[in-house]
Amino acid sequence: MLGTFSRSDWLLLVIFSAVVLTLPWTLEPIGAAYPDLLQKFAIYGIFAVGFNILFGLTGYLSFGHAAFLGVGSYAAVWSFKLLTMNVLPALALSIAIAGVFALLIGYISLRRAGIYFSILTLAFAQMSYNLAYSVLTPITNGETGLQVRAIRKSAEVSLRDGDVRIIDQALGIPEVGVPITNLFGMKMSGYPGFYFCAVLLIVCFFIAMCISRSNFGMMLKAIKSNQNRLNYTGIHTRPYLIAAFVISGMYAGLAGSLLSITDPIAGAERMQWTASGEVVLMTILGGAGTLVGPVLGAGLIKYAEQKVSSWNEGILHGAFSFLPEPVQDFVVEFFSFFVGEGWHLTLGLMFMIIVIFLPGGVMEGFRRLRRAFANGASPPPRPVATTTPIAERD
Amino acid sequence: MKILYPNRRKILQLGAAAGAATLATPHFFSRGAFAQSMDYRNAPTGDTVTLGFNVPQTGAYADEGADELRAYQLAVEHLNGEGDGGMLNTFSSKALEGNGINGKKVAFVTGDTQTKSDAARASAKRMIENDDAVMITGGSSSGVAIAVQGLCQEAGVIFMAGLTHSNDTTGKDKRANGFRHFFNTEMTGAALAPVLKNAYGTDRKAYHLTADYTWGWSQEESIKKYTEGLGWETVSAVRTPLGAGDFSQYLTPVLNSGADVLVLNHYGKDMVNSLTQAVQFGLRDKQVNGKDFVIVVPLYSRLMAQGAGENVKGIFGSTNWHWSLQDEGSKAFVKSFGEKYGFPPSQAAHTCYSQALLYADACQRAGTFQPSEVGKALEGFEFDGLGNGPVLYRAADHQCFKDVLVVKGKENPSSEFDLLEVVEVTPRAQVEYDPELLGGELGPYNDGV
Repeated sequence: MLGTFSRSDWLLLVIFSAVVLTLPWTLEPIGAAYPDLLQKFAIYGIFAVGFNILFGLTGYLSFGHAAFLGVGSYAAVWSFKLLTMNVLPALALSIAIAGVFALLIGYISLRRAGIYFSILTLAFAQMSYNLAYSVLTPITNGETGLQVRAIRKSAEVSLRDGDVRIIDQALGIPEVGVPITNLFGMKMSGYPGFYFCAVLLIVCFFIAMCISRSNFGMMLKAIKSNQNRLNYTGIHTRPYLIAAFVISGMYAGLAGSLLSITDPIAGAERMQWTASGEVVLMTILGGAGTLVGPVLGAGLIKYAEQKVSSWNEGILHGAFSFLPEPVQDFVVEFFSFFVGEGWHLTLGLMFMIIVIFLPGGVMEGFRRLRRAFANGASPPPRPVATTTPIAERD
Repeated sequence: MKILYPNRRKILQLGAAAGAATLATPHFFSRGAFAQSMDYRNAPTGDTVTLGFNVPQTGAYADEGADELRAYQLAVEHLNGEGDGGMLNTFSSKALEGNGINGKKVAFVTGDTQTKSDAARASAKRMIENDDAVMITGGSSSGVAIAVQGLCQEAGVIFMAGLTHSNDTTGKDKRANGFRHFFNTEMTGAALAPVLKNAYGTDRKAYHLTADYTWGWSQEESIKKYTEGLGWETVSAVRTPLGAGDFSQYLTPVLNSGADVLVLNHYGKDMVNSLTQAVQFGLRDKQVNGKDFVIVVPLYSRLMAQGAGENVKGIFGSTNWHWSLQDEGSKAFVKSFGEKYGFPPSQAAHTCYSQALLYADACQRAGTFQPSEVGKALEGFEFDGLGNGPVLYRAADHQCFKDVLVVKGKENPSSEFDLLEVVEVTPRAQVEYDPELLGGELGPYNDGV
């Protein structure tokens, strides 16, 4: 599999790793270099990379991926409550459960293609959300969300309100108040949490690259370009699709698990259709079918959600202070529609502009820029890296 | 390795860069510790101190959130010595001097909780990690309050809860770093039950519609406990999702249930919608079991009454504070709020303003912003002049104890804000309870180092 990697592939991986690991420095100027947002970049990056394995390679648009994110989150918190605050069992459990869940949903949903597949996955996700919200309250704690708590004093206290943590208890690890997640004693909040997520993002990116370059990946791309023709040549495509669906479900489960690891609470809203829509936006915004695009899209959306929503008129006045007073007031008045609670508007506009003018997402923008530079400058255009085969063919 | 061979120089360069990054990493991990004093998290170093206001700007409780933010901005002005000083003038503790807190000017950052635990924790984290907020306050949902309180305990900053009415906030989910000024459902039950008994008698059948989260559960439990104590019967209790919008499917079964009282354990836009629809269904014009069908809304606010309009007339409920109160503190607050914004404050605004002042006062008396010291200054603190009469911040559960207002929708409102009348002021002694009753454990303070 690795043999199929070209030199530029290795270069891409190395550069990607370097960029991800240096984010805490490079994002400083735009005010995004704080642990929570960096963690979200990495986690939703994983989510989007996984989603892209299904959507980008096979063209099957799942509108229910948030269900796996939620399942992963709940599984991780239960692992903290029942087993140990160490994150490794939580990771394994989340990925496994999300995988099984994806197999069930995928087995049924993948009997149909196109819009019917999308609607089926949407229906499953919405069912999962409602189950988590009200029916399965003993497991999910409904709206309030499932939280890690102190060790319960007696067996009469329900597991929602008091934990057992069998492994930690057996090892005699002392606890003061409500414990925090750790990797063999290293705190998984703050910057260590980010580096943990970042390393996993790089590993996930590498795996996605391997898949994309493998025969299996070639088959998935073939499904996207013409499934009928594959069927006529006697290839049974569904096992490939189910495999892709399960892999991408496991990615989502991993992302969900990391959300719980960096912040041990799991709420039903993670499974809502808006969350499923968000990952579709991320992938399309960044560039579906490309490797780096979904990660970029995830970063853009999370930045808008966390930072643009926090800009208020005071900050705008500061930013436009170079303008004369009346103009400044007008400009601030105008832009205040788009920041603070209006950040959805900004995101919507950005999405529209990108989809209309750059159907291939931000990555297409980069490609066009590179082509423009290559034509203008003297060196002959080098063969473009093969990281973006699908989008270019469209 | 064949692939890499021709480009050895590039690889070496990258390797050097990666090495440099690795070397720089340990410094980075400890950056927070070097940048500030080692005593506690986000200790202010300059001449300002930053507070984090985390309120719902979107979702079912957005109206409350907007009013909370107005109150916080007013509080910051008063703390910094601008404006007319509001309740600082009537507050029984005179530690604050109108020059900020501990000599530092008060600055603030804001965040949108979206009435979702995830979003609320994310914005609180941003304020703590990126904006160096030393205290987080606000919120209009108990689910969110509990989630953010847990986060503040972990992070090591003080959490001054905004509008949160569930018993759990200072009950089974209480935390040492969290403090609540608002009352809770236990107090609502104790205050409301005698009034309901006088108005509707002891032989009633109640049907509950309950918002499906911690506050709804808590309120349903408390109201059941106290009304069943009166001799009422609970026919059924149905859970509705938060922010449902349309409640007709939940209201239809009420008609045939044989119940003669509908208890709406809803708040914010949910209550506005469910009450309006219940009235449209003609529930209030009905006769069941030979009695007039009545509706009770245990937790009331003026903002909701405004939203529901005509429909609130004659409906009982409880509230933490109402702008028509005539004590000096309330009058001062209504005056300065009204002058700045042009309308009277809601109970959400009042509790948030009070929390901001109480926090500032505790810091001033403690002489530091260190959570454990500030907490000790708040524990067992008795004060007056903030609009609720004499109040105690109980040390055992970080809950304020004060008189509870039972209110009724006014039959003949004189203005668009004059919608509720105070029926009874239930004295503090009547709503006090044993801290053990609600369970939970405060645990130790966390200073975040």
